[in-house]
Amino acid sequence: MKSRHKKLALIGGALAVIGIIAALVLNALNSNIALYISPTDVAAGKAPQGKVFRIGGLVKEGSLQRQADGVTIAFVVTDTAKDIAVHYKGILPDLFKEGKGVVAQGKMTAEGSFTASEVLAKHDENYMPPEAAKAVDDAQKAATKHVSPSSVSQPKASY
Amino acid sequence: MKDRFNLYRFASPATFYPLAGKMIPWFVALAVVFGLAGLYLGMLVAPTDFQQGEGYRIIFIHVPASWMSMFIYLVMAFWAAIGLAFNTRLSGMMAQALAPTGALMAFLSLWTGALWGKPMWGTWWVWDARLTSELILLFLYIGYMALTAAIDDQRRADKAGGLLLLVGVVNIPIIYFSVKWWNTLHQGSSVNLTKSSMAETMLWGMLLMALCFWMYSIAVALMRARTIMLERERHTDWAKALLAGEGA
Repeated sequence: MKSRHKKLALIGGALAVIGIIAALVLNALNSNIALYISPTDVAAGKAPQGKVFRIGGLVKEGSLQRQADGVTIAFVVTDTAKDIAVHYKGILPDLFKEGKGVVAQGKMTAEGSFTASEVLAKHDENYMPPEAAKAVDDAQKAATKHVSPSSVSQPKASY
Repeated sequence: MKDRFNLYRFASPATFYPLAGKMIPWFVALAVVFGLAGLYLGMLVAPTDFQQGEGYRIIFIHVPASWMSMFIYLVMAFWAAIGLAFNTRLSGMMAQALAPTGALMAFLSLWTGALWGKPMWGTWWVWDARLTSELILLFLYIGYMALTAAIDDQRRADKAGGLLLLVGVVNIPIIYFSVKWWNTLHQGSSVNLTKSSMAETMLWGMLLMALCFWMYSIAVALMRARTIMLERERHTDWAKALLAGEGA
């Protein structure tokens, strides 16, 4: 009976050690594991110079421009703090949209913009019918509209 | 020794074998019922998604398979720990019986993920933390099966395989939390124990499919365990009696 418990404790201890090793290794490799860096990281000089890397963020509202040929595209990737202009020639995924997530692979140019060779769409974890999405959207718009000093003091029943 | 705790009785293959045989049809039936209900809810009742349209419906296979691939590994690691600590015969058999189903689930998870990723993300594959750690899980399953098959002495095979399983168990939290810890293309979890960001019918469809995958996995694992048991215990009295009875 005793040797069984000893073995069990040994297994538990070994697992703990393996866990700690894994945590340390993953921590050390943190920047290599991340798929992309944010525009803020790029602005802070964390982007590799002259090398291919990925940036990720949201496609800024109103920033998408298509050339007449239909495949030459320019847009801005933002993390709401910093922006980066991206140029891309190719086909965009269906879920690519202004205000939605995007991950682009490419290089920084001398002018400080980003030339992408691949653009991927990153969607969120919400699944709902279109009507529900519209209701959420409307509610958010209504909420932002009514946040003003005059409306805060009014009782809810008035509108 | 006669009045040992009852639970140990089931650790004996001679008791387990007929019991498993009786349970298998029930698990198969439950898998069919849950599967039909889940597919009906998922494919016919659940609404279209606001951003992914009908394409999101692969979630009803993808998520249950992914959950199952992680959970089966945890169960195998549990059996490995029991086997290494208590030297029970059954634990090695159970781990071995679960491995092919676990590998199948990991493969399904990756395959349906690729089919889903192409139209939605724009790529079949990307080396992000979630996808890569799930691929490592598939390799762990294949590695375990290869390792145990390569060692002739069954006890040593179980021990070596058990060690591999226990070392690999660190990968499970990495898979689960990868989308939280690092920037990944894969989105965060839609569902956990306390909250869900899915429409209700979608969620129910997914949970029913998850139950179906559970029942299926239990049924096939029990079938496989029975076969492994007979093979390993063919020199014992109970197996000989059973085989003689079946032959007649």
